Amino acid sequence: MSRTLYDLVGLAAGVAFILALKGLSHPKTARRGNLIGAFGATLATLVVFFYANPGSSLPLNNLGWILGAMVIGLLIGVPAARKVQMTQMPQLVALFNGVGGGAAALVAIVEYLHLGTEATTAEVIFTVFTVIVGCVSFSGSVITFLKLQELMTTRPVIFPAGRFIIAATLVSVIGVGAWVVSALGTTPLLILAGLSLLFGVLFVLPVGGADVPIVISLLNAFTGLTVAASGYVLDSVLLIIAGTLVGASGTILTRLMAEAMGRSLFGTLFGAFTAKPQDAAGSGEERPVRSGSPDDVAILLNYARRVVIVPGFGLAVAQAQHTVRELADLMISKGIDVAYGIHPVAGRMPGHMNVLLAEANVPYDQLAEMEEVNPTFGQTDVAIVIGANDVVNPAAQTSPGCPIYGMPILEVNHAANIIFLKRSMRPGFAGIENELLYDPKTMLLFGDAKASLTKVVSALKAL
Amino acid sequence: MEPMAIVSIFVLAVFVGFEVVSKVSSTLHTPLMSGANAIHGVILVGAIIVADHSSTNLELGLAVAAIVLATINMVGGFVVTDRMLEMFKGNKK
Repeated sequence: MSRTLYDLVGLAAGVAFILALKGLSHPKTARRGNLIGAFGATLATLVVFFYANPGSSLPLNNLGWILGAMVIGLLIGVPAARKVQMTQMPQLVALFNGVGGGAAALVAIVEYLHLGTEATTAEVIFTVFTVIVGCVSFSGSVITFLKLQELMTTRPVIFPAGRFIIAATLVSVIGVGAWVVSALGTTPLLILAGLSLLFGVLFVLPVGGADVPIVISLLNAFTGLTVAASGYVLDSVLLIIAGTLVGASGTILTRLMAEAMGRSLFGTLFGAFTAKPQDAAGSGEERPVRSGSPDDVAILLNYARRVVIVPGFGLAVAQAQHTVRELADLMISKGIDVAYGIHPVAGRMPGHMNVLLAEANVPYDQLAEMEEVNPTFGQTDVAIVIGANDVVNPAAQTSPGCPIYGMPILEVNHAANIIFLKRSMRPGFAGIENELLYDPKTMLLFGDAKASLTKVVSALKAL
Repeated sequence: MEPMAIVSIFVLAVFVGFEVVSKVSSTLHTPLMSGANAIHGVILVGAIIVADHSSTNLELGLAVAAIVLATINMVGGFVVTDRMLEMFKGNKK
């Protein structure tokens, strides 16, 4: 195959990726967009097997190893993607991103070993960049995975003199990077990789649980840039286009998410370095709350004209998506105006709740976004908060000291009645007490969300 | 390749990347992140190229590891994104 044809196919794959991202931006075209992207990636991968790079011949050397490795990758990747539960999606995206970053770093290291002293300065600089960022992306993603899977604490991990250690690590990463560029040795490069892995860990540890998705998105953009840099070293236009697209769109997406959470990107990443350990959830005193029975809830709902359902991660954990849809359908059949109020970061990553409700066949046009639903809470008779906490916590608007201050919330406190379905009085993912639970117009229904909802449905049917 | 050509491609791709996702609704943030994630799995192409010209066992070993990781990233990413998007349906009325 000629170089021209090879490059044309690469260009076609690049265009496919642009169409894929464009398609993914609208619900109607999203699935097709993703398939176009997969087609482009497949095309790009196939064509490599038919083009001999300068100084190489067909069939490719080490063909057996290459195909074998791809089969192993398929055997790991496909079952993981098929079996993962929708609630665990953020972890999986983090892991997939991490292995991508790791792959980019490895590619850069191999190419560096291969070029030896023939590497130009520009190539070495791009290699150093790829190794640093790829390793940071890999180890950082592993830490985000551990946090999301709750294999380690979701609270910010802050150690004494933490920011000095992090700053010192960063300085040594840059220093060793410069050493690699000037000295061109294998050992400096491996030291660089090790230090970068360490920096990735230190960089993500202080980030609190609720901010982890923003970090995943940022690391995703980072990995994109490493792929673009590899494209320069390997002389591949396709890798430059694909990597840059992901880098740029990932940056925008990160900013959109940070905005949805009312954070500055800088504050998310570096806020924890200056943060003091939070007050351990309230003063610990027992305060009275009003709890109700499923029948009380059913009666309240029966006489309501407008009900807003606010689902949170707890809903998904209890696998209650189908039951909540049943409740919504029942209320609609009784002539009650029902809407789902979806916070942009409901769940464990932005847009996660939409995926979880889509799984339960809730039509996406019943889901109201925050800006849409907030002005209507004044005319809402009942707001049902199911397994959510932080996204309705008025502390985000009223107490400047708290970690979620400034995050836009669903203003359920303006509704005439509020029902919380909770398992316990435990605070939410961000670990902050919610004053709303003690509000006189709040009724709490304790228990597993699915069991409670089932009882409410049968009580409401009986009325 | 000409450095200027590379810089041009890079700058134009940055603007295209900004433009195509600037108006995405929060509904689709998760699939979009996952889809973009799958796209950078195309580093698989790079991993295959370096495996082809690996001349030592160390190089080949690292390249094979890179192929495994990149394949997981690319194939897993597209499959899981499709699984999410398959479920997004509007009101059938």
